[in-house]
Amino acid sequence: MNFSEVFKQSNQLCKVSPDGKYLATCVQYRLVVRDINSLQIVHLYTCLDQVMHMEWSSDSLFILCAMYKRGLVQVWSLEQPDWHCKIDEGSIGLVSSRWSPDGRHILNTTEFNLRVTVWSLCTKAVSYIKYPKACQKGVDFSADGRYMALAERRECKDYISVFVCDDWHLLRHFESETQDLAGLEWSPNSCVLAVWDSCLEYKILLYSLDGRLLSLYSAYEWSLGIKSVAWSPSSQFLAVGSYDEKVRILNHITWKKITEFEHPATIINTKAVVFKEVEKRPVVGSEDLSIHQLTVDNSLFSTQSKYEITQLPAQVPVIKPDPDRANPKIGISTLAFSADNRFLATKNDNMPQSLWVWDMQRLSLLAVLEQTAPVRCFVWDPRRPRLALCTGNTKVYLWSPAGCVSVNVPIFNRAHAIMSKIVFEGIKCGLCSQAEH
Amino acid sequence: CPPPLLTLSHISGISMSPSRQNSHHSLHSTMVLPKTSYSVISAFCTEENISQCIAYINQEVCSLGLTGVSLESESGGLSAVLVLNLLYEVLQLQRRAQRALHELETQQLKNGSDLEHLQHSNCRLKDQLEHTRRENSGLHEGERQLQLKIKTLQNCLKSEKEEVQKLQSIISSRATQYNHDTKRKERECTKLKERLNQLLMDKRDKKLSIEMSNYVGRSDGKRGLWKTSKMEARHEGEMYRALLSDYETRQRSLVLENSELKKVLQHMKKDMIAILSPKNVCVQPEPADDSLEQAVSEGEEEAGDRSRESLEQSCEQAREQLTNSIRMQWRKLKSHMERLDSQVSLEREGDEVMSRKEHEDEMQRMRLELQQCKEFIHMQQQLLQQQLSSPCDEETAALLNDCYTLEEKERLKEEWRLFSEQKRNFERERKNFTEAAIRLGHERKAFEEDRAVWLKTQFLNMTPFVDRKRPALSEPHGALAVSTEPEAKLQSTPPLVTKSQSYSVFSTPKAAPVKMPSTADLYRTLHLIPESRGHGKCASGEMLTKSRLRNCSTDCSVISLVRDESSPV
Repeated sequence: MNFSEVFKQSNQLCKVSPDGKYLATCVQYRLVVRDINSLQIVHLYTCLDQVMHMEWSSDSLFILCAMYKRGLVQVWSLEQPDWHCKIDEGSIGLVSSRWSPDGRHILNTTEFNLRVTVWSLCTKAVSYIKYPKACQKGVDFSADGRYMALAERRECKDYISVFVCDDWHLLRHFESETQDLAGLEWSPNSCVLAVWDSCLEYKILLYSLDGRLLSLYSAYEWSLGIKSVAWSPSSQFLAVGSYDEKVRILNHITWKKITEFEHPATIINTKAVVFKEVEKRPVVGSEDLSIHQLTVDNSLFSTQSKYEITQLPAQVPVIKPDPDRANPKIGISTLAFSADNRFLATKNDNMPQSLWVWDMQRLSLLAVLEQTAPVRCFVWDPRRPRLALCTGNTKVYLWSPAGCVSVNVPIFNRAHAIMSKIVFEGIKCGLCSQAEH
Repeated sequence: CPPPLLTLSHISGISMSPSRQNSHHSLHSTMVLPKTSYSVISAFCTEENISQCIAYINQEVCSLGLTGVSLESESGGLSAVLVLNLLYEVLQLQRRAQRALHELETQQLKNGSDLEHLQHSNCRLKDQLEHTRRENSGLHEGERQLQLKIKTLQNCLKSEKEEVQKLQSIISSRATQYNHDTKRKERECTKLKERLNQLLMDKRDKKLSIEMSNYVGRSDGKRGLWKTSKMEARHEGEMYRALLSDYETRQRSLVLENSELKKVLQHMKKDMIAILSPKNVCVQPEPADDSLEQAVSEGEEEAGDRSRESLEQSCEQAREQLTNSIRMQWRKLKSHMERLDSQVSLEREGDEVMSRKEHEDEMQRMRLELQQCKEFIHMQQQLLQQQLSSPCDEETAALLNDCYTLEEKERLKEEWRLFSEQKRNFERERKNFTEAAIRLGHERKAFEEDRAVWLKTQFLNMTPFVDRKRPALSEPHGALAVSTEPEAKLQSTPPLVTKSQSYSVFSTPKAAPVKMPSTADLYRTLHLIPESRGHGKCASGEMLTKSRLRNCSTDCSVISLVRDESSPV
């Protein structure tokens, strides 16, 4: 794996364009666009304030930069660098800003979630959507970009509006049977909308595209409920991760649970492989301690690490959460399916250093990766069944059904290592570009 | 001294008078002296033994501790005062004794009654003790049961406590969540209020606006459309179309899966029926069942056909039928397997050993064979390898080639030699045959002439011309001689034998042509080959036999001789 030199950026704003050709980074109020292969600066734009959020449009022609403090959104064009666009939300403030799937509309959520303003770049027209709900995931676009589902709350009741992204026509508006809607997500085939309640009640509802309730699933009462939800790429499975450290898989035919994955502290399943990251510091000889060596060769201080396979039964390190705090660090917080539908990666918050990989064909545990530091983020390769994860140090770890490997990323200053997400994006783009060529 | 013996016993007799009930109260009775006793007392003391009596009484009295009576012999009589005193003392003594006796008697009565009383109370107490002991054990039992109950109740209590704790923790976590949310909402509310205040105070109001250099074209390049009801209908239609297509794909995949599973089930069913077919099932414990099974399995096969037809229909009944039949077959298979298992376990040792031995022998043989085959293959491989990996330099290749060609040449030479030998043989035979044929022709001619002559003579003989000379007699001799010649030649050349024999068989031989015939013509004339065939030595020989068989009946030895002769060299 080859790595480029390090680029400065702020606020973890570093994104690869959807077509994989450019890399955009934000530094304070500047937007830098580089070519991905040569990493030469292609464009340089200056915004009016510190950029808080930056996003590529779906056709990779535009980039929006949102400045929440000033309530401004600026849009830049790649084809025509002279073209400029500025959207001012006025006194109403700005809390979030995003593109629509067609790349020609911008949706701004105003402060206090008073309304969502839809700006059109084609016609300068404005549409308003009232009473949007401020929750974990209140807006979702379908995979084909045709529909948008928006959660609303009026008079202490939850509603869901389905809009046609073409002309923002309100297709359906129906009441949701949730107590306090926490999120909604379209299935990849855009026919089913999964809606889940806040953690005070375990309830997940499945609505068809035309607003009919298909099914309701509730695993238990009273204890804290759903923490995360993920669809499988084929829309066959819906994985629901909850605070009781279990993932429940629902199937798309009957919408009933077909299995549940437990995350016990002791692993006794003999078919699973437990990879444990083992660090070893290199032995330093006295002749290596010259100043020149220290400044140039930073591998001296970096630790080598490799994976060892642990004998079963294996113990997974557990951190007990503080019971007096809200949103306790326990339960399945992140779920991700592989692109070929065969694997599911999960992370249990009270076992923060471990990542669990499940085989969806056999519906059993396949591997457990135990790192030396808490796992920050992980992402699947969009083409192959390969998982990349990082833990906030200078390494990137890769897992595939064939095995595990840890790759050292040459970052000089350890302070930059905190922004491992960027490196991550770099890896992702590397994977993308590898796939392309 | 002694008259007292008698008197004492009398006294004792007096004291034990029958008027008293308590006979052991010996001294009690002396209050009333019966009259008769007087005489006894007087018997004790008489006129004569007064002094003795007095002495004796003094003795007795002294022993009792009283003052004795002293005799005053002035008058020879006792002092009445002393005697009266003595008597009085004795009476006192007597009274005292009686009183004591009375007291003792009362005491004894009292003791007796006390004893009775004590015995009664003892019995009573014993009973009481028994009763209390029983009560005690009963109470123990009750206590034990209560202890048990306490334990179970304690367990219940513990579990209830645990549940309460769990619920409490749930409640507390929910409470913290609620608090957190409430706080968040409160904060937001305050922010809103502040903002509202700020806005109310703020005069200038920034309007929301958008500034763009120029309009951007739509991503799909088309022009924007107005929002009309037709558009709305179109959107609805698109939405429903999307849903329908999704349902259709799902249904298609489900139908596919369904049909595949049904196929698998059908195959399974067929296999199961095959396994359970009557000839396979050996032990049938209940004949009634068997017939039923057979009938059912036959019915099953029919049903199998039927259900195959209804497979396409995939109606409820077909599905049920299939699943039911599968279940039935599976149950039969299971019972069959169980029966087999029990059979195997009940199998006798001898049988097992035998079969095992056979089995092992078989295995050994097969292994040996396998080994041999492997070795053979290995060898072949080696040779092949040698062949392929042989040095590719020209010389050795050429040499090898030469070797091969040499080998071939040798082989060819050999074959050529054989061929020429055969050809020579053939020529020889042909020559012989031709000569024989010629001779045969001659003989035939001669024979014909002889025959003609003979016929003529016969005919002539039949007629009255008897004295006619028989000139042809010499001729038949010639023919006969000729005919015997081949007989002489019989041993030397077997082919001639056959030919002459064949010649004799022919009933109407054709007239042999005069000129030297070719072999083919000869053959043809002799009906040894069919008209249109070319002559080949071996094959025609065969054909000869066949045609001969067809034309006339010959004995097998001839045929076999011919066949042997004409078989390929």
